[in-house]
Amino acid sequence: MNEALLQCDPNLEAPDDFYQALIDAHRDLDASQSQQLNARLILILANHVGCQAVLVQALDAARANTMTS
Amino acid sequence: MQPALSFQSNGQAIQAHEYAYQACADQAAPDAAHHPVVIIGAGPVGLSLAIDLAQRGQRVVLLDNDHRLSTGSRAICFAKRTLEIWDRLGVGDAMCAKGVEWSVGRVFFGEQPLYTFNLLPEPGHERPAFINLQQYYAEAYLAVRAAQLPNIEIRWKNTVSSLTQTAQATQATPGVRLGIDTPDGPYSIQASWVVACDGSRSPTRALLGESSHGQVFRDRFLIADVRMQADFPAERWFWFDPPFHPRQSVLLHRQPDGVWRIDFQLGWDANPDEEKKLENIKPRVDAMMQQALGHTVPFELEWASVYTFACLRMDQFRHGRILFAGDSAHGVSPFGARGANSGVQDADNLGWKLDLVLRGEAPATLLDSYASEREMAADENILNSTRATDFITPKSEVSRLFRDATLSLARDHGFARKLVNSGRLSVPSTLRGSPLNTADVEAWEGAMVPGAPAADAPLLVHGQAGWLLRQLPDAFVLLVFGNVPRGLEALGLPVVAIGPGSPCVDAQGLATRRYDAHAGAVYLLRPDQHVVARWRQPSVEPIRAALRKAQGAIA
Repeated sequence: MNEALLQCDPNLEAPDDFYQALIDAHRDLDASQSQQLNARLILILANHVGCQAVLVQALDAARANTMTS
Repeated sequence: MQPALSFQSNGQAIQAHEYAYQACADQAAPDAAHHPVVIIGAGPVGLSLAIDLAQRGQRVVLLDNDHRLSTGSRAICFAKRTLEIWDRLGVGDAMCAKGVEWSVGRVFFGEQPLYTFNLLPEPGHERPAFINLQQYYAEAYLAVRAAQLPNIEIRWKNTVSSLTQTAQATQATPGVRLGIDTPDGPYSIQASWVVACDGSRSPTRALLGESSHGQVFRDRFLIADVRMQADFPAERWFWFDPPFHPRQSVLLHRQPDGVWRIDFQLGWDANPDEEKKLENIKPRVDAMMQQALGHTVPFELEWASVYTFACLRMDQFRHGRILFAGDSAHGVSPFGARGANSGVQDADNLGWKLDLVLRGEAPATLLDSYASEREMAADENILNSTRATDFITPKSEVSRLFRDATLSLARDHGFARKLVNSGRLSVPSTLRGSPLNTADVEAWEGAMVPGAPAADAPLLVHGQAGWLLRQLPDAFVLLVFGNVPRGLEALGLPVVAIGPGSPCVDAQGLATRRYDAHAGAVYLLRPDQHVVARWRQPSVEPIRAALRKAQGAIA
């Protein structure tokens, strides 16, 4: 099987650095600007991933957590 | 008495033209007269179907509850495939001579140009991606062509008031009994087949107690067709959130006769009666011209309309001996020009099938393939149209958030331009999975898969410049690249051969490339020019089997 799978195991090179960069990117933005940033970020990352099957798995994973929280 | 319309009639004459109601012999007949085919609705779809059937030798009665052609410009974008179908029906040249050709779309966000797209980036096609032409011209040319065919009888001011399908078991001639109202009172006729081409509010659909299902959009749009001197190019221009019409979209199209289609998104709360008034349209157009051209332009309002729309269809396009085609069967938003264009493709799909059934050369079940193929095409059109509408008219805060994020990225990032959706413009459906197709047994490249509409290409025909689609007869045909294999004449099919020693030569190599025919190929095409099957190593029996399957033979 060569099915593309969403990477859910730890994969970030520098998890703490990324997390800080993510929060820093929102510094001084109001809620609406932050939403815009997030939306753009999702689109940019989605294009980087490219694979529709992986993106659908990512959407499912994100939505599953939303529904149970 | 008005002069008859011609291919040279001007728009004013066409819009003012009134067809005379004429009493017919059926109204005095003691018993309901019988007709093989009755078409309801003399719009672009009904007229196209009537012409197709008449060209095949069928007698057609076409009923229309009015006595005029389209009021206002209405549908204006006619796609390449529609023009190719109209070529077959003898009106493509008239349409293209009058229409404004275009292939390029330009998208703006705010004040900035965002990107352009070309719908026909490759040369070597007779017809452009689109022409813009007021619907009344299209209908007039079809009506002029219909008048040239003696076996079409158009009955104006004939309103169908009842339809009853007569059961096969109890009637000598199964069919449909139609009650018809006229200025002289009611009368009845019998028809073997009825095709309802009577538009989105289809009275026929209502008489049958049927309805369309789908999604209604809560938004209003203003069409202002204005006559003015302005030097925009012949392109489709679409603005998201322009400064002259903030938070909404605007679409601009050039039509013949110095008329421009401007389509303003208004939002759900707009008052349709107020918005249609010239005094309210003028400031909108002035602001737009001031922004786009740097000055206002005097204009006359040719036609205005405020519309809403829905993406929906009937569950089934065939109900016994009553068939639905065009807007009566399916509806889409205007973004993508998929309404009239898909309706003409319905007619193209139905004409040859109904002809074969009427001749007794195919079983009535062949018409189930009309329904299934065009239901699938309608789903494709509805999907594209719904997605465009969701982008243009976001239905939630988060939908608008992503829409605006996409637009804001599109200026700098190519990937985001691919997500921007101002309408995915009409292309013909490839009828994948049709029960009439025969699957490939060899490996092929390119777009000409079973179910695809045949691509055009330039050819030398007897040494003169010509076009591939123009060589095809209105019948099943073998399109042969290279030498015609021996024995194929046993099939009794017309053959169009391309290659040395044939009248048709692929001097530019485009036909060979588009049909992946470098090593020779035989294509079996339907009368509507869709691919049935193809072979590199053809022999008679597989071709015969594919032909019988495409003619609806029950396996």
